[in-house]
Parts: sequence; structure tokens; C-alpha cells
Amino acid sequence: MDTREKDIENLKDYKYGFTTDIENIKAPKGLNENVIKFISNIKKEPKWMLDFRLKAFERFKLLKEPDWQKPKYPKIDYQDLYYYSAPKSMKDKPKSLDELDPKLLETYNKLGIPLQEQARLNGIAVDAVFDSVSVATTFKGELTKHGIIFCSMSEAIQKHPDLVKKYLGTVIPTTDHFFATLNSAVFTDGSFVYIPEGVKCPMELSTYFRINASETGQFERTLIIADKGSYVSYLEGCTAPMRDENQLHAANVELIALDDAEIKYSTVQNWYPGDENGKGGIYNFVTKRGLCKGKNSKISWTQVETGSAITWKYPSCILKGENSIGEFYSIAITNNHQKADTGTKMIHLGKNTKSKIISKGISAGFSDMTYRGLVDINSKAKNSSNYTQCDSLLMGNKCGAHTVPYIKNKNFDSNVAHEATTSKISEEQLHYCQQRGLNPEEAVGLIVNGFCKEVLQQLPMEFAVEAQKLVGISLEGSVG
Amino acid sequence: MKEQLKIDFNKIQEVSNFSNRDIEIKKSYLNKFIENGFPNRKQENWKFLDINQIISNNISDLSFYNDYSIENKIDPSIFIDDLEHNKIIFINGRVEKIDFSYEDKKQIEIIEDSYTTDKSENNNSLIDLNIALSNKHFKILIKKDYSLKKPLIIYHLSNEKMKSKNINLRLDFELEQNSSLKLIDFFSDDSEKNFMNIFYNFNLDKDAILKNYKIDKSLNKNLKYSFNNIDQKQNSISETFVFSAGSDYFKNEINCNLKGEYSSAFINGIFSLDDNKQHEIRTTINHLVKNTKSYQLIKSVLGKNTKSAYQGRIYVDSKAQKTDGYQLSKAILLDETSEFNAKPELEIYADDVKCSHGSASGSLDDNSIFYLMSRGLNYKQAKGLLINGFLLDVIEKITDAEIKDLLKKMIGFKK
Repeated sequence: MDTREKDIENLKDYKYGFTTDIENIKAPKGLNENVIKFISNIKKEPKWMLDFRLKAFERFKLLKEPDWQKPKYPKIDYQDLYYYSAPKSMKDKPKSLDELDPKLLETYNKLGIPLQEQARLNGIAVDAVFDSVSVATTFKGELTKHGIIFCSMSEAIQKHPDLVKKYLGTVIPTTDHFFATLNSAVFTDGSFVYIPEGVKCPMELSTYFRINASETGQFERTLIIADKGSYVSYLEGCTAPMRDENQLHAANVELIALDDAEIKYSTVQNWYPGDENGKGGIYNFVTKRGLCKGKNSKISWTQVETGSAITWKYPSCILKGENSIGEFYSIAITNNHQKADTGTKMIHLGKNTKSKIISKGISAGFSDMTYRGLVDINSKAKNSSNYTQCDSLLMGNKCGAHTVPYIKNKNFDSNVAHEATTSKISEEQLHYCQQRGLNPEEAVGLIVNGFCKEVLQQLPMEFAVEAQKLVGISLEGSVG
Repeated sequence: MKEQLKIDFNKIQEVSNFSNRDIEIKKSYLNKFIENGFPNRKQENWKFLDINQIISNNISDLSFYNDYSIENKIDPSIFIDDLEHNKIIFINGRVEKIDFSYEDKKQIEIIEDSYTTDKSENNNSLIDLNIALSNKHFKILIKKDYSLKKPLIIYHLSNEKMKSKNINLRLDFELEQNSSLKLIDFFSDDSEKNFMNIFYNFNLDKDAILKNYKIDKSLNKNLKYSFNNIDQKQNSISETFVFSAGSDYFKNEINCNLKGEYSSAFINGIFSLDDNKQHEIRTTINHLVKNTKSYQLIKSVLGKNTKSAYQGRIYVDSKAQKTDGYQLSKAILLDETSEFNAKPELEIYADDVKCSHGSASGSLDDNSIFYLMSRGLNYKQAKGLLINGFLLDVIEKITDAEIKDLLKKMIGFKK
């Protein structure tokens, strides 16, 4: 058995599908002011934070769930969810890893994310989020030397209230859309990153999200601030146990890049996609938005979306600063009954702003995949440019691939170019590969990896290898 | 507006001789329209240009009743001389003349039919309005194996007598097997501040060929909406060309249903806008069976305070393998105040297809201008040459040589 086959053997079933048997503290079921107060209280939040939540909740009551998206889903009963769930042992936050519940450590080891620093691949600091709380953050000492703040959101609210107060909700306001507002009201944990002026973050920062408890929704909030002239590369990974029910994951991610700063945000999303009949799986309704606030700033999103029953997200860039750059690289793969509606928004407000969108969609089985994007060039955004390319690959005639780009150009100095193609893997390509001795599945794997190459190249090394494997595995069984 | 609608509706019924059944049908459409009103930006199809707002900004006291008892004078100077043609003349929405003098009368039937239904099944309140209020409904039938010897030109004329009116026109065309029709819609207005709502329904049988050219060139301050529904059977071809320039607002919608194998649809369009004009083309091509083709090319040249929008949708059913679908939209923005919007959409459920779309917008290329100026042209000439070259590309797609020449002359590419 070669390594690829072994990988496939290991991953035939969703290998992250186990549950950790651990005692939890949960908020009372349902969504109301008391639950929000409970969350705020258990996290010992200051009053301004509670006010922020309650304000969002007031607003939330007025909002209607959107229904314009392509993948339809059964109505979610927001009163039938737990909005907070945390391992009991986390109630008083352990001071070090030695105090951490061994079960948690074991969970992360099983997921391939050992939290002990000596066991880690060098050069990546991890913030591990388990259900509603951050359980551990590694390499803190090393980062503190550079003045970098990398901690859980709850900790940041306690220790760096000025920064949080200044930036939280400035990119995704509490008055935003339905799910973002819900998140603002009930968010539990997530990561907070602050890179001080002129610092180039010496290692990759990453968060690993794990949903464990059942009937819970996961609502994290991540905030990354890159101060003037700084650089950070941030990775995000996600998994969840296999369950017949659908679970909601509605996160908010805000990025802020000041003058000359650069943020690179990579996601490998591998939530449980449901079984082959489309039962169970995660609803991944995430709001991600970056603000290029300063001059010459840059935000780059890279995503590999292979999991989730429904993915519904549009990582976006608001290009406010002059000469700022926004990039979006995406691979989305849907198989079986998975559905995805994903893409990006590039809002050009400043002069000389540039954006680039490369999106690759692959659908197989009975799945449905939509690229939806907006390129909006404001009348003040002189001399801006955008290039968009979105390609879709279809495997079989039971699946769908859709492209819905919106293009608004209000500036005559700016150029917008958009290209999209949809096709299947050509017989010639397959024939050529098979003639060279590859079996059909290997041939498809090779062609698909070639199709995705432009995006895979954007990922940090360790992730790229992982993602490449994931691409092959997600499509297992779709050939023929 | 509601009261006005009901009063005008009753007035129309009084002067027309519809059957009770028709009146009931019309009433149900009227109620549907009253319930939904004019479409607005909340509806996906009207996102870029909100007709509800545009009408209320431009026309105060819109009325829906027109007195069709008085005959209007036809001014023959308006006729297109360079081309022998058959005519249908509408003035202020009233049919003044139907003239098929070049054709074999036995091969064409003109049926004055009041049978009112909406086969397009479009959730479109303007179609509801059209069905409710259109006073006459002609159906033109072209018999098997007959090709019209000369093109048919439909003149959409209006005079200064008309103001703040809504006009609803409806024509149906039935092209039997192996027949063909060349149809030019020619718009010319002396009126202003009216809203014209035109609904054509085409039914193309096997091997039929339809060529439809819509020319909105003469400057006017009317608002227009035109909806073409084209149903196509096996081997049929439809070609639609839109020259969108003259009216203050013009939205052309083209809905093609490719229901027969080897049928194909071509849509080409030009926006040439200046001075506060807002135009839109929206196309939907439904590839419903195997081996069908569609091509679309839309180009815009946008001057001061103008806005153009192109929404193109290609739908490929899971049965429609071996589909070819192409879509390209390009725009040149000439002024800081011009705006181009596009939504080229693909919805694909079959795997063995080739579909692509592209969209590009920007200003005139400085290098090209420099090149031409270094050859002795002044800036204005260089600009004109580049724009003409840009648009000529679309005109060249017209397959009928005679009409292509006529259009080139009309638009000013040829003397």
C-alpha cells in the first residue's frame, strides 16, 4: 500500500468524527437576555462588553433570517440550542498545560494538534478552541518577547480592554446581517491577535476550532490587528464529531491592517460534512471581513473548504487605504449532499487599490456549489483594478456549479476584469494520464490538484501538504 | 396609484369588446399587479436600476388609459427608405397600419386575438400590468416553409399629444416549421415622460429562424421596458440585437427557452449612452435539452452621468449535456460619473458542458490613443475611432448583410 492509499484508508471515514467524553458546563437552552448575561457573567466580562452584547441582541430581534442564498436548509430553531458549552475543568482557567484536563490534551493529540510545545512543529503557535472556550495557547513566551499579543478573546477582554474596545465591531458592526449580529450577541471565545508597530511575526499563528458537545452552536469571534508596518500569517483549522443532527457554526472574524501592514489569513475547513445521504453535518455560516485601513496595507484570504454540510461565507476586503491590496484565493470542494455558497466581496474605496480573486470550485456527487462575489469600485477609488477568475469543475450530472458575480464599476479610471469557466475533466487529459500508467482515481487526483494549484501555492507549507491530501480525499469515490 | 389603476382599467374595458372571460383574466392580473406594484431594487432582477423609483422620479400622475378612438397622422418621413420592408405602425400605442404588401397573403395570418395568458411564467409584475391593460393583442402566424421576402419593421412612434401615460403593447409571433422572419423594432418619439411596456412572445417551431433587431436611437425622455420571450424547438435559431441609446430609461429583457435539440440563441447588444441615461439588458438562456448553443456579446460606451447594467444568466439543466454557452460583456467608461454594473451568472447542473463568461470594464487605453495621435489624429478623432472599433465588433455579429449595412449607416459607421 503506498502512502496515498494508506491516507485514503485512514480517511475513508471522517477520522475526526470521534467525540470526547467530558463533563460540560452549559448555558440554559435557548436564546434570551438571561443567557447572554450568563455567558458574559461566566466569562467575568466588564459591563461595556455586556452592553455590546445586549445592544446586538436588541438589534437581532428585529432581523429576519436571510433566504436569498442557494442552499436551502430546514429552519433552525434558535431557542433549541445551547449557546455556551465548556469543559467543566475550564471553569477556572488552568495556569499551564500541566493543569489542563488530560482528556483535552488527548483530544488535540488525536486531531494531530499536540499542545505541548516540544511536540509541536516549530514555528506555529496554536490557540485551541474547544466548543465555547479557548483551552490553551502555545508559544506565548516567545511571542511576548516581540510584544505580540496572541490569546483567547476572553483573555483579551480582561487584559487588553482598550484594544478590544477600540477595534471590536468596527469591521463587522453589531448592526450587520442576521448571523453576524447573532454572533455579536452570544459569541463565546476565539482568538485575539495584536501585532505591534514594525513587528514581523516570527511564526505562524493558528487557531484550531473543535465542536464537541451536541446541540450547541459555536460562535467564535476572532479579531486580528496588524499595526503599522507589521506582518502576520494566521491559520485556522476546524473539525467536529459525526452526528446525525446539524450543528450551527456562526463565527465572526475581523481583520484590521493599518499603514503598510499585511495580514495573511488561511483556512482549512474540514467540519463534518454529514454522511453520504446528507444526514448531519455542520452549517458553516461565517462572516469574515478584513479592513485595509491604512495606506499600502494588504489582506489576503486563502481558503480550502472541504467540509460542512452547508458552507455559506464570503471573506471580504474593504480597501479603504490608498494603494491597499486585497486578495482572495479559494478552493471549495463539495461531494455527496454538501452545499456551498461562497465567494468574496472586494469593496474599493481608496485610490490605487488592487484586488485579485481566484476561485476554484469542484462539485461531485449530489452536491451544489455556488461562487458568489461582489467587486464594487467606488467613484473615489481612482486608478483601481480588479482581476477575477473563477473556474468550476463538475463531476457527474447530479451536481451543480453556479457562478454569480456582481460587478459594479463607478470609476472610469479603474479596470475590472472577470473570467469564469465551467467544464468537466476532459477525456483527453484522463486518457493521457492513464496512458502513462496512472489509474483513473490517481489521474483525477492529479488533474484536480493541477486545477487547484494556483490556490494551493498560497498556503503556508505545512498546510499546503495537508490541503493537497484533503483535496484528493474529499473527491474519493466520485470518479467513474 | 391604485385608484387610478382601477378607474383606468374600467375605462379600458368599457371601450373594448373583451369577452367576460377575458375581463376576468385581466382583472386577476390587475389585482396581482396592484398587490406587487412596480418592481423595485429589493427584487434581484431590478437590483441595479429600480424602475419603481425611476418612474416616480420622472413621471408624476402616471395614467393608464389612452383614448384610441382618434386616428393619428402618419408622417411618412420617418420611414426607413433604404430598405424595402413590411410595416406595422404604432403611434402612441395605437395600431395605425399593418402592411404586408411584399408578402404572399396566404402565408401570413394576422389574428386579432384577445386570448390572454402569460406563458412565460415569469414572476414579473410588468407582464401582469401588460396583460391587464393591453387593449389589443395581435398574433402573427407565419406558415410552414415560408420565409418573408422583406423584413418587417415595427415602428414604435409617439407624438407630443401623449404625456405621463403608460402604454402596454403585446404581440405574439408564431413561426411554423422552417419559416423565417426578420423583424426590426424601430423606436422614434416626439413625446416625453411616458412609460412604454412592450411584451413579445415568440414561438419557433422546428427549423424556424427569427432575427430581431431593436433600435432605440432617437433621443427622447421616455421610459421603456421590453420583454421578449422566445420558445425554441429543434434546430431553430434566434438572433437578437439590441441598440440601446435614445431613451432616458430602457430595459430589454430576453428570455430564451431552448427546448429542442440543436437549437441556438444569439444575443448581441450595444449601449451607447450619454446625458443621464440609464439602460439595462437582462438575458436568461435556459438550456433545457442536449446539444444547444448560446452566444452573447454586450458592449457599453458610457458618457456623462450614465449607468448601464447587464445581467446575463445561463441556466443548464441536468439533461442538457453538450451545451455551449458563452457570454461576454465589456464596457468603456468615458466619464467620472459613468457607471457600469454586471451580473453574468452561470447556473449549471450538467457536467459535459462548455460554459464561460467574461466581463471587463475600464477607460480607453492611453497607449492606443497615443498611438493614433502620433499618427496625426487629434484626441477627439482618436477617441472616436477607438470607440467605433470597439462597437463595430458587435455590429459585425449581425448575420443579415442588408440589415447590417442599414444599421451601420443608421448608427454612423458608414456613409
